[in-house]
Amino acid sequence: MSTASPVIERGTAASRIAGLGVAAIIVLLAVAPQFLSAGAVDRMTALFIYVILAAMWNALAGYGGLVSVGQQVFFGLGAYFAIRLANAGLNPFVSLFVAAVIVGAVSWPISLFMLRLKNGEFAIGMWVIAALAHLLVNLDRLIQGETGTSLISLNVYDASTRRLTIYWLALASMTALLAVLFGLLRGSTGAAIRAIRDNEDAAASVGVRVTGTKRLLFVLAAFGIGIAGALWLASATTFQPKTYFSVQWTAYMIFMVLVGGIGTFEGAILGALLFFLIETWFGGTGVWYLIGLGATALAFSLLLPRGLWGTVEERFGWRLLSVGYRVRLASGTAGPTGETALPASITTHREKA
Amino acid sequence: MSNQIVQGILLGGYYALIACGLSFMFSVMRIINLAHGSLAVLSAFALWLLASRFHIPPFYGLAIVLPLMAVIGWALQRFLLERSARGGALLPILTTFGLAIVIDNFLFEQFGADTRSLAPFIGSLSYDSWEWPGSIYVGKLAVIIFVAAVILLGGLQLFLTRTGLGRSIRATSEDPDTAGLVGVDARRANAVAAAIAMVTVGLAGAFLGMRATFDPYAGATQLLFAFEAAVIGGAGSLWSTLIGGIVLALAQTLGAKVHPQGFLIGGHVAFLIVLFIRLYTSGLGLRGLLRLSTGKAS
Repeated sequence: MSTASPVIERGTAASRIAGLGVAAIIVLLAVAPQFLSAGAVDRMTALFIYVILAAMWNALAGYGGLVSVGQQVFFGLGAYFAIRLANAGLNPFVSLFVAAVIVGAVSWPISLFMLRLKNGEFAIGMWVIAALAHLLVNLDRLIQGETGTSLISLNVYDASTRRLTIYWLALASMTALLAVLFGLLRGSTGAAIRAIRDNEDAAASVGVRVTGTKRLLFVLAAFGIGIAGALWLASATTFQPKTYFSVQWTAYMIFMVLVGGIGTFEGAILGALLFFLIETWFGGTGVWYLIGLGATALAFSLLLPRGLWGTVEERFGWRLLSVGYRVRLASGTAGPTGETALPASITTHREKA
Repeated sequence: MSNQIVQGILLGGYYALIACGLSFMFSVMRIINLAHGSLAVLSAFALWLLASRFHIPPFYGLAIVLPLMAVIGWALQRFLLERSARGGALLPILTTFGLAIVIDNFLFEQFGADTRSLAPFIGSLSYDSWEWPGSIYVGKLAVIIFVAAVILLGGLQLFLTRTGLGRSIRATSEDPDTAGLVGVDARRANAVAAAIAMVTVGLAGAFLGMRATFDPYAGATQLLFAFEAAVIGGAGSLWSTLIGGIVLALAQTLGAKVHPQGFLIGGHVAFLIVLFIRLYTSGLGLRGLLRLSTGKAS
């Protein structure tokens, strides 16, 4: 009965408009410091760092199926290596990125080891790695134990140059990391990544290189979180191991991704935005704020595990930044579930991305 | 040196105690409870509250706190874990992590940042010791904790092998669907297992409070100790958890000897070495590191 063959498309009209919208937003953000107060610029820098953290944790957990509660290790190491490099005489801004490259390199041997663990064992194994890295960094005399130190070499720049440079570096890092992730998910690796996310064993059985793909995500996430840690150090200037190696960073990442929508590209960004707003409004309430974050994450994992964006996507078929494929059936054909006579305009939401 | 070895072995008893609940729950339900350490600290705070506010000594306070922990375990399984386990293997990690954050910060809100101890409420027991041959002094409390761990592990083993309820828990842990076919109520078995696990956590929390100090954020460290001891001990019987605890404690003792800040590092490094050896010699990672055979090898 089917006369017209199904159409396979990579995006919708909305996603093409969204693509233009994203470009416009990035341009606007790049010129925004002209119109923002110093405090607002700092807050926006924090937002960019949150987006990086959420996107990287989502890449690992949402796509790679690797839930880690030790990602603070890369955040802390990013800051630590930046301190070390700057102390050795490298330009502080350059050392931020060299530090992230080192973090990515360090994460490679860790991945050889940790990726053999599964689920909860991986999660908590990473926590052990984070605890160990924290203790080892404390042994470094430069850091002076928990007293910490600061990125003194940044002081040669005056406050406003420093603020603006860090803002632009954070914006550029966020944009670049999101673009890399987007490209990765849209390319042939993306198909492998989504196959692993949906069913690891089945993916392996059709020839997907499961471990290699996971390792790629692991190293990417380590590198990205390393940049985030180094940027955080640049904007805060002080380095106290306890703050940077705190499990609270992973708690933030989990909150953002769970609320926004785990395994959806847009969800992580939405989650970071929501987290940023919640922090702005309730961050001052101290411990109740943290209880609220934990309780919200708990509630989402129980009641709405697909998160806000995942739920919206499922219900309305929205795609803004489409990384997958979707099949649109021509009018009057049978749906894949065997239901006939679908209304002409209905698109089936077979795609899961 | 022999003195430190003896102390290390006794400390291993505590680690075995806190580890056995974690590996027990993992064996039965395939869930690693990331709130494990926080729940132990919750129990320690409950005992501290009873002792300081209502003048109930910790050992009597256990009569109130342990049943409460059993109820918490039952409710945890029924209302949180059962539901999140349906969403796949990853969701319970997030759920229990969220729970840990809530518990830690709730304790902070209630009790503040001060470190507490149950030692002032157990009289001379906290510092009494026996002199063993070779002028080795062993704390009475350390011996009590070690003996409690041995009794608990042995009792748990007996319960799992000799009682009907224990057998149904083992059946559920082997294969919940088949167990269901032969009339085992898997939901009930899981809830009972969670309740038992939380009783061991409650006891571990009590001993944590008596032998050392604790604060609202101490849960994470205890969780790592429990995990490390369980993984080092490996998949054997519950007794291997005791070996794991002792190895962890001895590694920490050795670490502290090498460097003043080496206590924790020693434990983490020992854990990673054992993990490395086990992953590359037996491929156990594929089946799960914490998986215990909960009964006699048949």
